[in-house]
Amino acid sequence: MAILVVAEHTNAALAAATLNTVAAAQKIGGDVHVLVAGQGVGAVAEAAAKIAGVSKVLVADNAAYANLLPENVAPLIAELGKGYSHVLAPATTNGKNYLPRVAALLDVDQISEIIAVESADTFKRPIYAGNAIATVQSSAAVKVITVRSTGFDAVAAEGGSAAIEAVATVSDAGKSAFVGEELAKSDRPELTAAKIVVSGGRGMGNGDNFKHLYALADKLGAAVGASRAAVDAGFVPNDMQVGQTGKIVAPQLYIAVGISGAIQHLAGMKDSKVIVAINKDEEAPIFQVADYGLVADLFEAVPELEKLV
Amino acid sequence: MKVLVPVKRVVDFNVKVRVKADNSGVDLANVKMALNPFCEIAVEEAVRLKEKGTATEVVVVTVGSSAAQEQLRTALALGADRAILVESADELNSLAVAKLLNAVVEKEQPQLVILGKQAIDSDNNQTGQMLGALTGYAQGTFASKVIVAGDKVNVTREIDGGLQTVALNLPAIVTTDLRLNEPRYASLPNIMKAKKKPLDVITPDALGVSTASTVKTLKVEAPAARQAGIKVKSVAELVEKLKNEAKVI
Repeated sequence: MAILVVAEHTNAALAAATLNTVAAAQKIGGDVHVLVAGQGVGAVAEAAAKIAGVSKVLVADNAAYANLLPENVAPLIAELGKGYSHVLAPATTNGKNYLPRVAALLDVDQISEIIAVESADTFKRPIYAGNAIATVQSSAAVKVITVRSTGFDAVAAEGGSAAIEAVATVSDAGKSAFVGEELAKSDRPELTAAKIVVSGGRGMGNGDNFKHLYALADKLGAAVGASRAAVDAGFVPNDMQVGQTGKIVAPQLYIAVGISGAIQHLAGMKDSKVIVAINKDEEAPIFQVADYGLVADLFEAVPELEKLV
Repeated sequence: MKVLVPVKRVVDFNVKVRVKADNSGVDLANVKMALNPFCEIAVEEAVRLKEKGTATEVVVVTVGSSAAQEQLRTALALGADRAILVESADELNSLAVAKLLNAVVEKEQPQLVILGKQAIDSDNNQTGQMLGALTGYAQGTFASKVIVAGDKVNVTREIDGGLQTVALNLPAIVTTDLRLNEPRYASLPNIMKAKKKPLDVITPDALGVSTASTVKTLKVEAPAARQAGIKVKSVAELVEKLKNEAKVI
């Protein structure tokens, strides 16, 4: 029994979510192989070969796989996947994009965003915005699964020495083309991997006021997130959104500033180790999940906090 | 062109759901149901394409119990032209739903299928992509902008690091993200008119589709509750607690 993990990468570097997915694969048990698909991904393949516990790296390096267009990579993964008991991918926007297509090509159901492995065929996953946890069992010949990275501790990025093998198959559906992308630039840690996250909501008032949070975040080495209200109001770009429809984070410390704590926001952060809420409304639902709550005006509390930490 | 919009009846997004005592599922008796928010966005986008003259007909379809007719009427009141209910009493998995939708696509031959990116009950985020595999159409998931130009559709997608734009050959599948549009409200006259719009009911058997599944739910539990926290009086006290008690900074 072997497990295929599809690597998440930026073409130049392997993404951390891959390490959490390999951790989930190890919990299932069996040989772990990693597939790196893309164009010009030699360095990523080498990084994947060094991951502790990986026994083989498959590399599909072709122009057809650049930008991981699902029409092209899904047939590749489905073809390779037939030889495995499990096919896993991180529940990133890429993984969520191509993996259900792979499952349908294999004619099996997919299990989305698992947070725990009970056994080789039984998994736990959150439903209803994290308000219930379902235990599901799969009888599929190939189990196709996306992995929520906050559910598993990353394996070591170094220590392995897997063989690298090129995959010759090229599938180019010719139905879609990459036009361009606009990536948000940030020097702060990546939101989903940060140890500390400082998030702002509607209470920030405007985009300019987020500078208070950036200053605090820089002092703490934290990433900055936001609620949907802050994104919809145009304060910050949408890739900063934490919640059911944004990113799922589980840092050591989550500081929610001017966020009421709607169900959809809590879905994205309630597994954080310590939650701090700063809000002037003492009835705000966020105080029900906060370990430490401070009822105060954020425009006074945040600069003071920045000074004291 | 014809646009097909699959929609889903789900528990209203404001309802705080409760897990049943026997752990068999979530208690949905007497709970307010509504159109899945992402599906509303999908209907809105299709209606806007019609208003622009790009789309000629908007067909909404759902797979579910007869009660889902209510959500189809809502979609008709928002501007869809006709509706199809694939009536199934069982709770179906995404693959089964995608197979049923595939059969509807074969019958209806739409140029564009617009779905929500995920349903807020199962949180699967699978059906659109699976329909893509079954139809062989290209897919533009998590769309925040959709521009139809000739025989192609340009879709701007919300990805982890920002935005990505892809060009897809038509026919194609698009799944909506929250920022694609702001759905309109149904006006009373339109709700009245929607009652007269056609709504066909068909069965999975009539479509010749098997809805067997390889996944079963063993149990559903409430998530672990967090320990009650405390309120601090000042920023200084907060910093002291974070440093010495929680030891996170």
